[in-house]
Amino acid sequence: MNSSKKIRVLIAKPGLDGHDRGAKVVARALRDAGMEVIYTGLRQTPEMIVESALQEDVDCIGLSILSGAHMALFPRVMELLRKEGANDILVVGGGIIPEDDIPELKKAGIAEIFGPGTPLEDIVEYIRTHVKK
Amino acid sequence: MSDENSLKKALSDWEKGPVAKTINRFPEREEEFKTISGIPVKRLYTPLDTQTVDYLQDLGFPGQYPFTRGVQPTMYRGRFWTMRQYSGFATAKETNERFRFLLDQGQTGLSVAFDLPTQIGYDSDNPMSHGEVGKVGVAIDSLADMEVLFDGIPLNKVSTSMTINAPAAVLLAMYIAVAEKQGVPMEKLRGTIQNDILKEYVARGTYIFPPKPSMRLITDIFKFCSENMPLWNTISISGYHIREAGSTAVQELAFTLANGIAYVKAAIEAGLDVDAFASRLSFFFGSHSDFLEEIAKFRAARRLWARIMRERFGARDDKSCRLRFHTQTAGCTLTAQQPDNNIVRVTLQALQAVLGGTNSLHTNSRDEALALPTEESVQIALRTQQIIAYETGVGDTIDPLAGSYYIESLTNEIEECVMKYIEKIDSMGGAPAAIENGYIQSEIHNSAYQFQTAVDAGQRIVVGVNKFIVPEERTIDYLRVDPHVEEEQVARLKKVRETRDNDRVQETLEALKAGAKGDENLVPLILDAVKAYATLGEICDVLRDVFGEYKSPDIL
Repeated sequence: MNSSKKIRVLIAKPGLDGHDRGAKVVARALRDAGMEVIYTGLRQTPEMIVESALQEDVDCIGLSILSGAHMALFPRVMELLRKEGANDILVVGGGIIPEDDIPELKKAGIAEIFGPGTPLEDIVEYIRTHVKK
Repeated sequence: MSDENSLKKALSDWEKGPVAKTINRFPEREEEFKTISGIPVKRLYTPLDTQTVDYLQDLGFPGQYPFTRGVQPTMYRGRFWTMRQYSGFATAKETNERFRFLLDQGQTGLSVAFDLPTQIGYDSDNPMSHGEVGKVGVAIDSLADMEVLFDGIPLNKVSTSMTINAPAAVLLAMYIAVAEKQGVPMEKLRGTIQNDILKEYVARGTYIFPPKPSMRLITDIFKFCSENMPLWNTISISGYHIREAGSTAVQELAFTLANGIAYVKAAIEAGLDVDAFASRLSFFFGSHSDFLEEIAKFRAARRLWARIMRERFGARDDKSCRLRFHTQTAGCTLTAQQPDNNIVRVTLQALQAVLGGTNSLHTNSRDEALALPTEESVQIALRTQQIIAYETGVGDTIDPLAGSYYIESLTNEIEECVMKYIEKIDSMGGAPAAIENGYIQSEIHNSAYQFQTAVDAGQRIVVGVNKFIVPEERTIDYLRVDPHVEEEQVARLKKVRETRDNDRVQETLEALKAGAKGDENLVPLILDAVKAYATLGEICDVLRDVFGEYKSPDIL
């Protein structure tokens, strides 16, 4: 990775969930770690998220959801990214995601799921070492 | 009591003597002790710390101004707090079954959780609802769903709390309509609608309309209820979500009471007499992990609100000055790691709420950091309350920690810190202005970030997360909402649209539109629409057309 170019991350809240404490705290930690962070705000459809990701030319998308709608919305984001040929964007997720759902989400292309209690440094490190650049 | 000077000298001798000697050999665990909210904690509190407390003025008697010791004269000696578990998922039918289960288990009030489409005023067949139907609560599209939700539950006997904000008037109307079908007139209905839009903008996110029309809907409800529903709590001014979003205890009180001030001001400006509506305002706080700080917080909240109502708004009726509140144990303190430990956390948090004089209580289930709770987990959570009530004896005397040097001193300190915040918010023009300029959001966010970095740095210990960690397989059973729920709900909705009198629906929606453009009270118009089986989405769309939608400034 070229160290002079900052990693660009889109932190997104898909669906109708209003719990954004986690998303905002992660966004700030990534920024403090030297990344460029764009936060979408609440109530984003998968279409809106993919559009922002392409427009902002991000290296990584972080999806946060606590409402239980992840099985409907996360794979949809992956599908749209593939359609746009943006498979190189690293996508990670977080929130209240039951363990049993994780294999299916990974199969859909979500690289990693960070549950409650994950240290911020782990997320920073993961993104740093896994962005495809 | 020994005189002040000799006490001061004795304290100083103790500190310079035995304490210094001990610290020399065994240093204390921390250089500086602080509450979880950052308030410094001294080694010892003595009568010197409570000298300014005037018993009659600052504490008084339960059921009397300033209500520091409780809002009722007999508190839990008369009746325990209402045990009210927030519950709802999938369709009205499943939730109705869970309600009946909880009532059978000895729960004493209902608390409805609605799914996100319902909370944001979308019908289940709206594209925005996809994936969310029936997930965090029950899906309600029309009166037909509400009829199923309360089937077989006598609304003249239970009190029902509904966590609904932007479309609160619509769900209230549906509740009135269902009760009417049961033969229960609205003046007999007991319950609460959350109806607190200001905290939605800063912490919870289920807003629809901009602040101005939202405040109008709220004051319309205040007015309608003051004339028709004397037992109904018209609002639950909520600190819980502010705390969950990361605020400190002081910020939780300050921002909640500042919101409360804004509602009272709006209602007075809309022409209501303060004593006509203020006694039906209620509050909702979190019970976080700092045991003694939380007890002091609840006590300070009551005294603060009493003084605000009397001194700022000139309330004459004592009932207008009573801060009655519901408490929920803090969801954000639950850990996904070693989830059974959460039972212990919830027990302590429930106990501190009771020691703080809560009027009703929800105890979280151990598995909520993982998924929706199972019936077994919910039962343990409810049993936790019942054990505190029936086995510990803490409710047998009122406000048992009053007079503790530390509790009284901390109650004073929280009150002072909260007043400083409220003065700052006043100087910005009140809570709506402080929300619009992002001040409240960024204060909460800063606290959330500081807390997380303290946990990551190991300065703040969370058992099982950053200390006492064990390797574990997550095998806990959890509740899964059937993915077919969405299809079923959409099919039900389709049937309602096909079988109702659509001309009548159009008529009531037109009338609502005209009312929204003018200044008529909207509650009766919404009630007409609801009775014609207009859907929640249709009603909210009419209001969206007239009022517009709120766009949040996304502050990082």
